[in-house]
Amino acid sequence: MVYTIEAPLTAERVRLLKAGDSVEINGTIYTARDAAHRRMAAMIQEGKALPFDVKDQIIYYVGPCPAREGEVIGSAGPTTSSRMDAYAPALIEMGLTGMIGKGLRSSAVIEAMIKHGSVYFGATGGAGALISRAITAEEVIAFPELGPEAVRKLTVKGFPATVIIDSYGNNLYEQGKERYRVI
Amino acid sequence: MRSVSVGQIIDTVERLCIDANYYLNRDIMCALNSGLEKEKSDTGKIIMGQIIENAEIASTNKMAICQDTGMAVVFIDMGQDVHVEGGSIVQAVNEGVRRGYKNGYLRKSVVEDPIHRINTGDNTPAVIHFEMVEGDSIKITVAPKGFGSENMSALKMLKPSDGLEGVKSFILKTVDNAGPNPCPPMVIGVGIGGTMEKAAILAKKALLRPIDMPSGIQYVKELEEEMLEAINMLGIGPGGLGGRNTALGVKIETFPTHIAGLPVAVNISCHATRHAEAVV
Repeated sequence: MVYTIEAPLTAERVRLLKAGDSVEINGTIYTARDAAHRRMAAMIQEGKALPFDVKDQIIYYVGPCPAREGEVIGSAGPTTSSRMDAYAPALIEMGLTGMIGKGLRSSAVIEAMIKHGSVYFGATGGAGALISRAITAEEVIAFPELGPEAVRKLTVKGFPATVIIDSYGNNLYEQGKERYRVI
Repeated sequence: MRSVSVGQIIDTVERLCIDANYYLNRDIMCALNSGLEKEKSDTGKIIMGQIIENAEIASTNKMAICQDTGMAVVFIDMGQDVHVEGGSIVQAVNEGVRRGYKNGYLRKSVVEDPIHRINTGDNTPAVIHFEMVEGDSIKITVAPKGFGSENMSALKMLKPSDGLEGVKSFILKTVDNAGPNPCPPMVIGVGIGGTMEKAAILAKKALLRPIDMPSGIQYVKELEEEMLEAINMLGIGPGGLGGRNTALGVKIETFPTHIAGLPVAVNISCHATRHAEAVV
């Protein structure tokens, strides 16, 4: 069963998602990775407005390849999420309802997800060419000088992802590994 | 003494950067396809299918297999009877990388200082490993290395008394600890022996060996097989979502070492284990 998710995404809708669900995401999502998170964390500390209101939004951890002429975007698969763990809880507290990436998350992130209603989606690492087909529009909205690390607003249609950690703390990485581990 | 112009080196490196990032080598494609057949997990099968389809889309549309087009690692086997004409070979390699990453629409992922972290904007400098060899030609291998997997790599100076069992346990622990982060199914390069830096370079070089080619040393070949089997029992699986395909291959290189040491380096690579080579 593949569920369709509309972004922006409310915390109420997040609560219906369970680890292991396959989803296709439609709508507007934002990109940010290492350098952008570092800058946004500084902005929060200084009391400045972020480049976009994170309430009910999904952040995709990605630094895409440049687009060829006539194309929307280059290869655009997920980067390793754990590098954003230091910054994610503050954003979740501000209403961030979804994150898309790959790899493990810290217990602090998972606790914030449970408390505030946020979900962690996994996209297939290394499938950047395939995933780029689900991105129909791209616009740099902040920090253009960061190049691939700039904050982008993306329009997506049928973006393929899996619920890895749901808002109750269930974790597909742990469940999947346990099921097939024979060592 | 044969002459090779820096222009030839620039052009070759440019082409290799693009080829390595667009076209997944046949041996890896075969390993992915046979892995798909063996996969027990339904989700794992879907992920393996996506990875294969992704490689096909990349090669058909001439786009990067993965957006992490890596830091360019360049191995130069320099024939001792070659004279490089027209400038510096290091500058020529970096110019080739600069052109390849620009003209191939590849991501620029290099920062000029590890602490201050300003993007150099052209993916230079490359990490270049020179080796002097006999002959009058230059073999150039470009191996772009993504950091999702590079970050999960590890090196340890074991004691000689740790022996083969210590080596096995370190390899297995490193892969288990990497979990879903390095985009499994992974390819594992291992370097055993030498000094600290020699072990690391051996591990990187091991990743260049065709995945279906075992070591020529009997006990190393057996170790490669045993480790692959053990790693695939960890359960991590494709995308880390559980399954049998945690690694596609384990490649091990060895080198003589000191009476007091047993260095072991484990260089983890993702399913997009990319490299392209040419001789000029």
